[in-house]
Amino acid sequence: MVDGPSPKPPKRRSWSWRSRAFRGVVYQVLAVSVIALVAWFLTSNTLTNLRVRGIQSGFDFLSQPAGFGIGESVIEFDSSNPYWKAFLVGLTNTIRVAIIGIVIATVLGTAIGIGRLSRNFLLRGVCTAYVELFRNIPVLLQLLMWYLLLNEFLPPVFEALNPAPGMYLSKGGFAFPVPVWAPGFGLMLAGAIAGVVLAYLYRRWAHAQFALTGHARPTFWPALAIIVVCIAAGWFAAGTPTALDMPQKTEFNVTGGGTVTPEFLALTLGLAIYTAAFIAEIVRSGIQAVPWGQIEAASSLGLTRNRQLKLVLLPQALRVIIPPLTNQYLNLTKNSSLAVAIGYPDLVSISNTTLNQTGRAVECITIIMAVYLTLSLSTAALMNWYNARAAIKER
Amino acid sequence: MHQESAVKWIASAAAVLLTAATSLPAHAGKTLETMKQRGALVCGVNVGLAGFSAADSQGNWTGLDADVCKALAAAVLGDAAKVKWVPLTAQARFTALQSGEVDILARNTTWTLTRDASLGLDFVGVTYYDGQGFMVPKKTKITSAKSLKGIDVCVQSGTTTEKNLNDYNKANDLRMKPVVFEAVEASVKAFFSGRCQAYTTDASGLASIRNKEATNPDDYVILPELISKEPLAPAVRRGDDEWFAIAKWVIFALIEAEEYGITQANVDKMKTSTDPVVQRILGTGEDTGKLLGLDKDWAFRAIKAVGNYGEIFERNVGPTSALKLPRGLNNLWNKGGIMYAPPIR
Repeated sequence: MVDGPSPKPPKRRSWSWRSRAFRGVVYQVLAVSVIALVAWFLTSNTLTNLRVRGIQSGFDFLSQPAGFGIGESVIEFDSSNPYWKAFLVGLTNTIRVAIIGIVIATVLGTAIGIGRLSRNFLLRGVCTAYVELFRNIPVLLQLLMWYLLLNEFLPPVFEALNPAPGMYLSKGGFAFPVPVWAPGFGLMLAGAIAGVVLAYLYRRWAHAQFALTGHARPTFWPALAIIVVCIAAGWFAAGTPTALDMPQKTEFNVTGGGTVTPEFLALTLGLAIYTAAFIAEIVRSGIQAVPWGQIEAASSLGLTRNRQLKLVLLPQALRVIIPPLTNQYLNLTKNSSLAVAIGYPDLVSISNTTLNQTGRAVECITIIMAVYLTLSLSTAALMNWYNARAAIKER
Repeated sequence: MHQESAVKWIASAAAVLLTAATSLPAHAGKTLETMKQRGALVCGVNVGLAGFSAADSQGNWTGLDADVCKALAAAVLGDAAKVKWVPLTAQARFTALQSGEVDILARNTTWTLTRDASLGLDFVGVTYYDGQGFMVPKKTKITSAKSLKGIDVCVQSGTTTEKNLNDYNKANDLRMKPVVFEAVEASVKAFFSGRCQAYTTDASGLASIRNKEATNPDDYVILPELISKEPLAPAVRRGDDEWFAIAKWVIFALIEAEEYGITQANVDKMKTSTDPVVQRILGTGEDTGKLLGLDKDWAFRAIKAVGNYGEIFERNVGPTSALKLPRGLNNLWNKGGIMYAPPIR
């Protein structure tokens, strides 16, 4: 401030067209009203045209009974449930694929990304080939290929493979035993929560000890051990419930137990394998973005290779990796809408059925768009939060 | 003056936008006139269902639904070849009709209350009485749909099929699981590869798929139970009653022609007939065409182009065709079926 120590400049408001601030406000008001007008025009035009042509519209259909069955579902669904619940089933199916796909793609992608930097020629070559192969074939073709492979090579349901007792593998999917819900599992859950809390406290204590004495203690394995022991304690306290719901093979099919369908397998694996190729490149570029001098400096400090990776390399690489990684997560979520091609009942597939039965095309498409927008924005928000944590703390 | 001009500019821009917003696009002109100007009837058909609408390697469309469009083009435009074919998926079909992309939707579409009342379309009359059935591999030795307990069923989405399947499931406590595909090719492929133990769609569709897609059609059986009523009917956009009437009566004329023995082969000779009913149909007596906004030869041209309803049925789906479907319900009302057309008079 050249003017001196006045705490605030005098407020002057000019309503003149010469005032830059005033012009700015006018332009912004103008821009917003033009957008609002266009939006209003499109909406009213659509509604009028629908009415003129005798096409009914509105979201009231959501509370009507759906009247169609859904092949696989995370939550209980019956065809007498309303349409909104069918949409919810589709949403949970989409989220299931997205979460599992993202986890697999991240693990696989990171491994292959690091593999591309390996000193071993064979490993490096295989990883490069993987990336180039899966990155350059359209994902829809890959999904169809996996689905076709699963359906060609697995035996029909009535000749289901029995690789282990209680497990069946066939064109109908992979059936496996699941534990029967017993009240005792509540105690196991309590044990798990207690374990996580204890592990967190241990980690804090270890860090405090390190700051105090300079003696570094391992944190990962003890923390894992604490959690496992707590869960086991909960299981024993509940009286060791061991009842399993075993799949049964009947004449035409396999019933009971848990199942994953070939559609789910093909979709999740296909998306994960495709996205992993991109993640591998992101991880590789992130690691290569850290100057070699940093590793040399870490070595000269006497850090072990693991600690170099954990304390020096990864924190810096993550800053480069996270933003493009977020894009890949969003892509995987959005690509899951290709499920319609291979018969997996995701959100789009269920909307298609709803659309056809109710004829409410505009409404169904609006719902799909709103849901994907919400999913993507939430994922992005989560990743931005993580990015902010990993960013350089400037003090 | 900066300020004034800006205010003026804003005012005029707002005015332009407001007028643009309040004026709606003009209504689509009369379908008939548009069609005559265009010189073609735009017909929405199935992307490929042998017997109903399927294109050969030269791009010629054949089938029961395709013949309806050809008959209409012959009646209205004087030439059965003046049809522009638009293959539509199950999902796209109603939107295509509503938005005016096609003049008529002849795409094995079931006439239901929901569709009739809420989609802004009018069904012109049943061209095929169908019912939903099941197809299973012969080696499973299943003989009745009632024994399909707990199996996976391949279904194409965008059809009435899913709902019927569910109703049948509930009524008989079968707990079949639908595996729903968007494209008919994908659902058919999944069934033939063994992903599902059964495939369900309209019985005519089952026959068509078994005949065209199976490596050996004899390996598959269509179960005797029909679980629903599927009256397949072409539809036109609501709001043009003249075009609705024309489409309706061209189809009725084809059915009437069979009833009174007018065939593609004898239609010229029948022009000299003294039977007043035949005279009315062929336009040698009263001019029925004028009432529809057509000339008096409208029905003559339609029959000349594709033959009467019986001939259309025989050629495309009947016992002598590849599909080998029995005439059954689709026989004339006086021959044991329910095909009945209001009189042309």
